[in-house]
Formats: sequence, C-alpha cells, structure tokens
Amino acid sequence: MSTLKWKLLGIAIAFPVTVTAGPNLGQPISHAELAAWDINVLPDGTGLPKGSGTAAQGAPIYAQKCAACHGEQGKGGISAAVVGGAPVKSMDSPKTIANFWPYATTLFDFIRRAMPFTQPRSLSDEEVYALTAYILAQNKLIGERDVMDAQSLPKVKMPNRDGFIPRFPEKM
Amino acid sequence: MADIAPVAGNGLLDRRAFLRASGILFTGYVVDPAAAEPLSEAAWSKEPGTVVPAYGTPSKYEKAVVRTLSNPNGEPRNQHARTPHQQLQGIVTPNGLHFTISHAGNAEIDPAQHRLAIHGLVKRPLVFSVDALSRYPLVSRFTFVECGGNSAPLFSPEPIQASVQGLHGLASCAEWTGVPLSLLLEEAGVDPKAKWLVAEGADAPHLSRSFPLGKALDDAMVALYQNGERLMPGQGYPMRLLLPGWEGNMNVKWLRRLQVTDQPGMTYYESRTYAQILPGGKAYQFYFVQEVKSFITHPSPGMGMKGAGLYEISGLAYSGNGRIARVMVSADGGQTWAQAALQEPVLPKAFTRFRIPWQWNGSPAVLQSRAWDEGGYAQPTRAQIIAVRGQTSKPPPVLAFPSQHYNGPTSWAVDASGGVKHVYA
Repeated sequence: MSTLKWKLLGIAIAFPVTVTAGPNLGQPISHAELAAWDINVLPDGTGLPKGSGTAAQGAPIYAQKCAACHGEQGKGGISAAVVGGAPVKSMDSPKTIANFWPYATTLFDFIRRAMPFTQPRSLSDEEVYALTAYILAQNKLIGERDVMDAQSLPKVKMPNRDGFIPRFPEKM
Repeated sequence: MADIAPVAGNGLLDRRAFLRASGILFTGYVVDPAAAEPLSEAAWSKEPGTVVPAYGTPSKYEKAVVRTLSNPNGEPRNQHARTPHQQLQGIVTPNGLHFTISHAGNAEIDPAQHRLAIHGLVKRPLVFSVDALSRYPLVSRFTFVECGGNSAPLFSPEPIQASVQGLHGLASCAEWTGVPLSLLLEEAGVDPKAKWLVAEGADAPHLSRSFPLGKALDDAMVALYQNGERLMPGQGYPMRLLLPGWEGNMNVKWLRRLQVTDQPGMTYYESRTYAQILPGGKAYQFYFVQEVKSFITHPSPGMGMKGAGLYEISGLAYSGNGRIARVMVSADGGQTWAQAALQEPVLPKAFTRFRIPWQWNGSPAVLQSRAWDEGGYAQPTRAQIIAVRGQTSKPPPVLAFPSQHYNGPTSWAVDASGGVKHVYA
C-alpha cells in the first residue's frame, strides 16, 4: 500500500522506503518528444522560439487572417480591438494591448496558441513573430522597422507594466 | 401563533422551528385551506409505464429546468451556460446543469489518445494516459467551482432584473474524484527552483493559466470524475485541473500539460481577462480565492410566493477559504437579522445549503443573506465592495459584464402579490 493511502487512513507509521508514493505510471518523455506541445512563452522570454518577424511582414498576414474579426485597422471588428485604447480608469474601460497588457511576450504566446480563432496552431513561428511585430508597431509600442525575435520581444516596454496589484501576494 | 415568536423583523422564525415536534405549532398560520378534491386513479396508475432507458434523464415535466445559454448558436466567441439555482436543492449541482464557460466550444476528446504531460523544472518529465491516471489512488471531495466574473451584474449602478440563475449562475458544486497533483509532482521530482505551474488545455485556445506551487502541493487535483461519472465534456473530459476554492478559469479543462516554472506565464487570461480594474486604473491580478458569498435561491425572482403563510427561505453559501461558519438572514432589508440553519454536510470550499422558516404576513419585505466563513471573513456589504472596486457607469448589457469578482449580498424585494424583484437595499 502506498504511503499516501496510509496517510489517508490516518495510520502513523514510518515507511522506510525511498521510492515515490504513487504507482509510477508516468512514462518518461524527452524534450524533443514534448516539442510540439511546448508552447508556453514566459515574460522573461523563456520559451520563445527561433525566428523573427517585422511589421512589414506581418501586415499582409494580418489582412488575410486577422482583419475579418479584429477590423482592417485593428479596431471596429466583431472581436476585441488590437490597436488603440484610451488609458484604463474604471471597470468600464476596454482592456487593450496598448493600455493594459503588461508583457509583450503574452501577445506572441496567445497568438501562437489560440489564433486565428477557427484555425489555432496553423501559424508558423515566423508568422507569429511578424504578427506580433505588426500589432506592436500599429500601437506605436515599437518602431515600424524593429525586428521581433527571442531577444528583442521580452525587452519591449509595455505602458501598463506596473499597473497591477497581486490580490493574494501571500499565496504566491 | 404565540408558540413561536419571530426572532427578527418581518416574521423570521427560529431556525430550529421546523425541527420541533409538532405541526400544531403552525396550525394557527394555516389560513382557511380549501377542501381537497376527491382522489382518483390517474392514467399512469392504470397501465405499465415506459421502457427503462440505459441512461436516465429527468422527467419530461422538468424540461424547463435547464441552463441559460449566452451563445446558443455557437458564434465564434465564448459560450456561457448558467446553473438554474432557483430550481435546484441541496448542495450538489447535477452534471448536466453544472455551469460551463468555454472560450471556443467544448473539445471532443478521445480519451484513448489524450495525454497529460508534466515537465519543466522537474527531474523526470512524464506523460500520463487516462488509463494510467485512473489506476492511481483516487481521492474525492466536494467543491464548488465559480467563474471569476460570477455575480458581476451586481456592479451595475441599478439592480439588473434577472433570476438568481442570471445573476449567480456561474457557480456550481460537485463531488470531484481524481489524483492529487502532489502525488504526480512527487513522481516527476520538483526542482528546488520551482515556484509556479502553467496549466494548459487541449481545447482550441489551448487555454493556459498559472498557479503557485504551494496550491499544487496543497489540495490541487487532476479530476477524472464528476458526481461519480466521468467528467462532462463541458467540464474538461477526460480530465481537468481542480484548484478548490480558486477562480474558475484557473481550473483548466481538457488538461493536457503542466509546466513547472520559476515564474508565472502572465498568460492572456491572467494578465488581461481576469485582471480586475480598480477605480483610478490599477488592476487586481491573480485573484485566486473566491471569497465568502451567499444568496437566497428560494424565494427568488420568477419563483415568487403564493399568499401569506409559512415559507422556508433557503439559499447557498460558500467560501474559497474553508467552511461556512454562519449565515444570517434578514426579511426587513438588513435592519434585523436571524441566524439560518446550516444543512449538513458543511464542507470546506463547497456549497452549504442554509434554511430558515419565515412567517410571511403578506406585506412587502426585503430578503437578504450574509455569510461568514470559518476564518472569520464576513461577506462584505455591497457598499463596502463598491467603495473599493467601483461600479459600472451605467447598467451594461447582460453579455458585457466585466469579469470582476463580486461577493456582496443580494436583496430580493417581495411585493404584496408575492412577486420577487432584485433591489439594492
């Protein structure tokens, strides 16, 4: 019987074994075998893939794959605006990339995992970099010619980076 | 009537009144009952019934007891299905009525092909099949799941006229059975640098949320069963993350991956959607705990009263911090309060059903409930919440409420005809 079950039974015994408590039915998996699912991008840039993109490269991809929902100019579509946004003041304020999102890495992460809505995971990493650059440039958060890659993207300073208060810091 | 004096204004009776020995206590309240019709054999008593189905469904007379849908045609956006609390009793939400929010529909997952990967800052990255997890020592617990934006219509500056389902239907409670996450992490061997986990679903948005390692090692579960049967598709079949008492969106459905990290992912849903703007523009982030809340389900809008007499007021109370310790009920808009009975079982981080008898004299009344949890945390008043969090500038459309945590009281005004309206009191 596992140590866990002994604990659940409330039986206090020393169980002098060094193996883990469970039945060990997980299969070892290598980084290479995980690669197709390993898509998290962390705010310090951990997880960003090779490749790069610019706003000029992103513009035609946006027009083809994003504008139908997000609007030709990045606003006014049936889905959330990706360009613009007045400073947030109250719970009425629409949260946008420019006025709210604290990290530019989130933009790459979310596009790559969830967009386009009807065809997620259909974009190449290069296309995701290009779209990220295009949207950041449209918001004037980077220059028109800036190249977004694993080094530059985490360095983009988002205006609302310091706008957050952890609600339960003692649990973090 | 002298046998039981009201314990608070407008006719609230002692919570134990129903438990006392004799109905005689209440005979004085029965107002001229009409004589009953003579009984006769009904059609269904005079012939054999229908074939027993392989999987039972509710009576055809219960067809109105359903979830309300925000997006019934599956347009390309999120979908909400709300629990009809006003038509349910006890503390367990039936599986077909458990609230669901799906950000791009319900994934239809073949369990034979589904995998859960645990990797990142671990000694041994591992992948588990559904069959493998089903062989682990399983644990069961009752716990509620509540959307971070449940009850947000009460941030409207004017009371929104909706049922308890419309206002509070994004919370439900079930018995969940699964594998303690701590056990799987022990097998993977957590690196000392680890502080967070990023959970990810196998649904189209690959929905991802971060949660601290402390919660993972405390009471987190990889849930496989819901009220005894495998999870419903809308609850993440074949497996979901369960973080008892924490914001619903963090309980990642269709769970396929847990990456152990030294930092939160700052994912879309935690850095944008469920970050809650405060007056002035700063925003709460990582609003983990669904703090103590209660609301009255019976009576409630659409479920009114039929004439003066004795009624039971009942409702739900719950806290992401632990057990419910006490629920007080008022029938006079908060001027006087009486303690409600807590129906057993009273479980941590689960719905608790409260009840109190009420002698309604047929004149207008305003019903409210207020709960305390075992940590001493009191359900705040609406005024206290608004003072810190603000409110919307005007009543927003029902589908456009911000994802803001509201846990203040809800007030129901009963008019002389027995109708029930949502009011602020």
